[in-house]
Amino acid sequence: MVLENQIINKYNLTKEIVSFEVFSPTIANKAKAGQFVIVRASSNGERIPLTIADFNSTRGYINLTILKRGKSTNQLGLMEPGQLLNDIVGPLGKPSEIEKFGNVVVIGGGVGIAPILPIIKSLHYEDNYIISVLGAKSAEGLIFTKEIKQYSNEFHICTDDGSLGFKGFVSEFLLNYLKKDNKKINRVIAIGPALMMKAVCSITKNFNIKTIVSLNPIMVDGTGMCGSCRVEVANQTKFACVDGPEFDGHQVDFDLLISRLNIYCNEEDIALKKFMENHKCKMNI
Amino acid sequence: MQNEHLNSKKEKIPRTKISEQKPEERIKNFNEVELGYTEEEAVRESMRCLMCKKPKCIEGCPVNIDIKSFIAYIKNKEFEKALEKIREKNALPGVCGRVCPQEDQCEKTCILGIKDQPVAIGKLERFAADYEKNKNYVKNYKPNNSDEVNNFIKANKITNSNIESIRFNNIKVAVIGAGPAGLTCSGELAKMGYKVTLFEALHSPGGVLVYGIPEFRLPKKIVNDEVEYVKSLGVEIKLNTIIGKTFTIDELFSKGYKSVFIATGAGLPYFLGIKGENLNGVYSANEYLTRVNLMKAYLFPEWDTPIKKADIVSVIGGGNVALDSARTALRLGAKKVKLIYRRSEAEMPGRIEEIKHAKEEGVEMVYLTNPLEIIGENGWVKKIKCIRMQLGEPDESGRRRPLPITNSEHEIDTDIIVIAIGQGPNPVLTQTSPDIMLNKKGNIVTDAVGKTSKKGVFAGGDIVTGAATVILAMGAGKIVANAIDEYIKTGIW
Ligand SMILES: Cc1cc2nc3c(=O)[nH]c(=O)nc-3n(C[C@H](O)[C@H](O)[C@H](O)COP(=O)(O)OP(=O)(O)OC[C@H]3O[C@@H](n4cnc5c(N)ncnc54)[C@H](O)[C@@H]3O)c2cc1C
Ligand SMILES: Cc1cc2nc3c(=O)[nH]c(=O)nc-3n(C[C@H](O)[C@H](O)[C@H](O)COP(=O)(O)OP(=O)(O)OC[C@H]3O[C@@H](n4cnc5c(N)ncnc54)[C@H](O)[C@@H]3O)c2cc1C
Ligand code: SF4
Ligand code: SF4
Ligand code: FES
Repeated sequence: MVLENQIINKYNLTKEIVSFEVFSPTIANKAKAGQFVIVRASSNGERIPLTIADFNSTRGYINLTILKRGKSTNQLGLMEPGQLLNDIVGPLGKPSEIEKFGNVVVIGGGVGIAPILPIIKSLHYEDNYIISVLGAKSAEGLIFTKEIKQYSNEFHICTDDGSLGFKGFVSEFLLNYLKKDNKKINRVIAIGPALMMKAVCSITKNFNIKTIVSLNPIMVDGTGMCGSCRVEVANQTKFACVDGPEFDGHQVDFDLLISRLNIYCNEEDIALKKFMENHKCKMNI
Repeated sequence: MQNEHLNSKKEKIPRTKISEQKPEERIKNFNEVELGYTEEEAVRESMRCLMCKKPKCIEGCPVNIDIKSFIAYIKNKEFEKALEKIREKNALPGVCGRVCPQEDQCEKTCILGIKDQPVAIGKLERFAADYEKNKNYVKNYKPNNSDEVNNFIKANKITNSNIESIRFNNIKVAVIGAGPAGLTCSGELAKMGYKVTLFEALHSPGGVLVYGIPEFRLPKKIVNDEVEYVKSLGVEIKLNTIIGKTFTIDELFSKGYKSVFIATGAGLPYFLGIKGENLNGVYSANEYLTRVNLMKAYLFPEWDTPIKKADIVSVIGGGNVALDSARTALRLGAKKVKLIYRRSEAEMPGRIEEIKHAKEEGVEMVYLTNPLEIIGENGWVKKIKCIRMQLGEPDESGRRRPLPITNSEHEIDTDIIVIAIGQGPNPVLTQTSPDIMLNKKGNIVTDAVGKTSKKGVFAGGDIVTGAATVILAMGAGKIVANAIDEYIKTGIW
């Protein structure tokens, strides 16, 4: 029998990214593209937000795709099918705005490719013309290419080292693409590292194309109770967990976001080091 | 009795001091500050009670505990009976004895308090709750309806029963939010035989009692015990479930719940709305306290959640939340903690005892001072620009209104700022139920027994009153439990 919060399947997508199917029928039933959950891996774990990268209400699972960075994500990365996540709560945040926009450029960078999958699917069912642009450091870092290609009208890949597709950042690719100006772009959606989203927004601003980004500030409760996730949008303070996570990128103060993402750098180092020491054998680093 | 002579009315017995950890010791740990009365101390304090014919103390208690009777039991060393007496009216005595603002409630109206210091009612209540050791577990008992259960409980004088296998009346009621209001209402309904499901957003039940009030004032073990008691009455607690997100209220009705009680508290932190408030190092009290209490950041890295520790911490506000934040900062190792409050000590809404504790521990009180701007450097807070205030005429709250003194701007150095200026109602639930009427502040509007504008839906506690007290929230939970029972039996809205 499958239990609530149990990991059903695990896929090691790249060296750094793992993907889990987790049995969570209530959340799978409610989830919409753009929403996230808060997870605690263990009973003394921290609450970390993870996008619902995919969901299947018939089979009752949600997909969580995780980039191993610090203690919590590395700990999750070591979990195996059959094991239970200590807590999952959601779906949280506002769903993506999905309608027929026309020509939409959807950009995913790094682990940010995962959350664009459900968005692309939903846009596809609304008959949008989808131009997807995926970016990673190199070819091995790309995820979900097959699935995304399937729902895209145009499909582009960028790698920093040029090992596949366009050599360079997704923002550079976008600039070239827009300069060619062969079709009117009605909307851009960009999800990835804050710096990537910032770069994309500074380009689309010049072309006057509405751009939606998904912000990833540090969170605790995810329900609007703590204010840890404060971001500034159009010079107003917003709580990303309840007012977002998606916002109009041209209004976002990215420098503040980036600054706030670094609050716990020292503490995160301590936690990760301690974790690595205890798990040296398993982590082969 | 050996102490008989103390009972004579003429002789004044001073209020029995409670032993505490010494300030210089306790700021190095998160253990409880007050150690509680010993048996002798409790009995001694109980003898101060005048056993008034018209015990005014009872009127001062929002849930009207029969204070005189429970004190009489303590005097007779019948401690379990004392607890039983308290539990008739209050399911969380271990909590209330510790955190009630007694000086504004039971002890304010205590007759002894007219000429002398009032009886230490809260500390006696706490003693009775802590004394309870031999719990009265009753297993394998299978009555058929609530009356049978209630009669059984009465007949057996059960106060802390583990009646796991009671067959309930199969009428489902949903309670949203496992704070004091929700826990109390669930317990009361379960005792009446209802099948109660208590939905809680966080991964741990207790509401503010677990995420807000610190361990050194209210040990989490006490909260857990009281939650276990409510569970033992048959209440099912579903954690990690956010009503408004995981399910809506209408979905609860379609799942067969006959009535719903909203007890979601006042969880939305207010900020000052001044420049620099989103700098690194500026916390809401909710975040600061949640990281430390619920997430146990003081045990980092054994527990994963971090908190910023720094030499100078400034807390803005003057209530219990501000005091708790300031004292938490000391325990996290701050060398200097300043409490910046725009009025003076007399207007501080915090419990007198906690103000005293905070001062003993070395919190520096900066009164009549209001922040204007937060100044940063490299993204981190550095200073607060403040203005001096003076007190003018009383405002609508009856407290004297603070007014700025011109040309008194000055800067205060700080590494961390914790903003504790109040909380409002969290809109996550109410946004998805537009048919529930709210007031201008976003609180749910109800009648005297907690009925909202939506049929079958009740509300109570901080979500209705705005941030108040534990005992008032519990009182609301109790009133609503009776109102739900009546609504379900009569169908009248
Ligand atoms: C709405 C949202 C959706 C997200 N979705 C995904 C996802 O699908 N896949 C994924 O891999 N990552 C996702 N993230 C980021 C993920 O939550 C962080 O990478 C994770 O918390 C890092 O924890 P750690 O202990 O492994 O790393 P740490 O060493 O603690 O931190 C690494 C970095 O992660 C960020 N971070 C740390 N703690 C938190 C926290 N509690 N909340 C948010 N960010 C934090 C900080 O920028 C930090 O510098 C999402 C974040 C948000 C806000
Ligand atoms: C730091 C601090 C110190 C305090 N000190 C004192 C004191 O010394 N004495 C005193 O009497 N009072 C004190 N108070 C006030 C007191 O704690 C509150 O008045 C009381 O807890 C209110 O109870 P409640 O049940 O209404 O709400 P809460 O205790 O706030 O509980 C509400 C619960 O509902 C949950 N919830 C919210 N939304 C949802 C949703 N959509 N779905 C599911 N669950 C949800 C929350 O997670 C929470 O657990 C203090 C408050 C704070 C913050
Ligand atoms: S519940 Fe609070 S107010 Fe009532 S008697 Fe106990 S301490 Fe006093
Ligand atoms: S009013 Fe004071 S002295 Fe009188 S019965 Fe109550 S506690 Fe005792
Ligand atoms: S994470 Fe706490 S308010 Fe958003």
